[in-house]
Amino acid sequence: MREITYRQALNEALAEELERDPNVFLMGEEVAEYNGAYKVSQGLLERFGAKRIIDTPISENGFAGMGVGAAMVGLRPIIEFMTFSFSFVAFDQVVNNAPNMLTMSGGQFNIPITFRGPNGPAHQLGATHSHATECLYANVPGLKICTPATPRDAKGLLKTAIRDNNPVLVLEVELLYSSKGMVEEEDVELLIPLGEAEVKREGSDVTIICYAQTVPLALAAAKTLENEEEISAEVLDLRSIKPLDLDAILNSVSKTHRVVIVEQDRPFCGVGAEVSYRIQKEMFDGLDAPILRVAQEDVPMPYNERLEKAVLPSAEKLIAAVKKVCYA
Amino acid sequence: MSQPEQRDEVEMLSLMLLIRRFEERASQQYQAQKIGGFCHLYIGQEAVVCGTVAAVRPDDYLITAYRDHAHALARGTSANACMAELFGKATGCSRGLGGSMHYFDREHHMYGGHAIVAAHVPLAVGMAFASKYRNEDRVTLCFFGDGAINQGSFHEALNLAALYKLPVVFICENNLFAMGTSVERSTSLKEIVDRAEGYDIPGTVIDGMNFREVRNKLAEIVSSIRGDPHPAFAEVRTYRYRGHSMSDPASYRTKEQLEKYRLDDPITRLRAQLTREEKLTNERFDQMDKEAKETALASVKFAEESPDPPLENLYDYTYVGT
Repeated sequence: MREITYRQALNEALAEELERDPNVFLMGEEVAEYNGAYKVSQGLLERFGAKRIIDTPISENGFAGMGVGAAMVGLRPIIEFMTFSFSFVAFDQVVNNAPNMLTMSGGQFNIPITFRGPNGPAHQLGATHSHATECLYANVPGLKICTPATPRDAKGLLKTAIRDNNPVLVLEVELLYSSKGMVEEEDVELLIPLGEAEVKREGSDVTIICYAQTVPLALAAAKTLENEEEISAEVLDLRSIKPLDLDAILNSVSKTHRVVIVEQDRPFCGVGAEVSYRIQKEMFDGLDAPILRVAQEDVPMPYNERLEKAVLPSAEKLIAAVKKVCYA
Repeated sequence: MSQPEQRDEVEMLSLMLLIRRFEERASQQYQAQKIGGFCHLYIGQEAVVCGTVAAVRPDDYLITAYRDHAHALARGTSANACMAELFGKATGCSRGLGGSMHYFDREHHMYGGHAIVAAHVPLAVGMAFASKYRNEDRVTLCFFGDGAINQGSFHEALNLAALYKLPVVFICENNLFAMGTSVERSTSLKEIVDRAEGYDIPGTVIDGMNFREVRNKLAEIVSSIRGDPHPAFAEVRTYRYRGHSMSDPASYRTKEQLEKYRLDDPITRLRAQLTREEKLTNERFDQMDKEAKETALASVKFAEESPDPPLENLYDYTYVGT
């Protein structure tokens, strides 16, 4: 194992899959000559050439659709959205074309495409650039969605996504691109299956369910809860939103009987709404308290730093929710 | 691969007849409520797709919008599979899961059947991208209506195709109306073909009621692309005799206009050309027409007798295994 950044982990995943399969190519705004808006594709143009690392004009619908078409005839495109907030311009391709093709064609055309890029609020980007899109896309049958929170998960999930024969969204976290973590050596093939959650911290009193940028937040809150409240929190990172690892969720909750879901998206029809529905449906009698959710406030994202902070989930909000379900 | 051999014109006329008789039968079955959803007929436009397939190779990629029955039939999908799809049956070309607007046939290089206006134009560019990526000399044929040319995805796609010099022919089937809105009421340009110039794509206007003109001009375009990948644009002027869909009485246009185009019918026209040149007798034509009618009628029987897609397979087409 060695320590690398989340950005480097994604870069390695791209390079390894480009190396492994000549049908894989990367396309998006500024991915080639600029080396990526967030430098995730650093050095790939030099290594793989302009045929496979392709700069596009600002035409999200156009190049996302090109990816779908290329996938119909056997290529394996990786389409980068500079941020998933921009994927709305290509919504028709991501929602109506990529995931519907297999059904509409009676099973004749699967779409092995990866849509990737940063997702969710970053810092003071205002309403148009701060969308957490996972709940919107999770509503669409035919899409798979993963949300890596660590460099190791970023590398392993992206590689798996590229090899998957279905449309997969890899929702990265802008604020974590420079974060560091331990990852297997480069000569080790790291593939993390889609649909497998991971316990990031063991605990016995309460389960904190999280993903993407709420994972570091949950880990920090769990530490505080241990030190200051003597509450032992288990932190379960979903890693994939769809498929959802219900078994891992139920395993943890059957141990702790208390749940707080901390999510980066909005509360109404958010990921936590689905997760809490499933938990109560499967183990209503196993719960010692109502499930609580900590999500964004239900408002367009304000620019002002103080207000933005008030909108986002925070360790304070999470700790308060945990104490509430623990009646502490 | 070499250029296709010139396809026999009498056979192509027979194909146009099959398409027309098939759709007349589909119309009847729709009215009898055997077919659900929307159903958009191509009657009047047959020379466009038939002229095109006569000019290209069977392995060239073909993709179109929702008025797609003819495109599948022209590509070689059987009338049985086409009618069964309309009936929503398991034997349909999309196993009864796509319907009228979503015909697919991988074996015959028919890549849909796409029902969001212009959303498939970027797909066509991606298919052409794949051909160039693999150094193949296939050409992608992308059909769409005049209603598609004001969608953003159309413009993005044309720019991308020109920028990357991709082997795709954008074939605008200008039938003068996007549903009930005429081209004059929808489009700032007088001539649709001028859209291409804005993207530095060569454009051609083609009389879509004339099979030979469509075939000859498409053959020229496609052969220019084969060795030197680039996009091209063809505005093919045509006319649909029926409404936009089965529920549309087409009251937005005049009887006189419809009659004018009916007199210029593509089937009648090719028949007259062939008869004049003594390549076709009346007897042969009548025989072909009889066969087309029989094939269409038999497809209804086939569709009626086919099973529904099995309920237990409902979840089988959402994801594929890895």
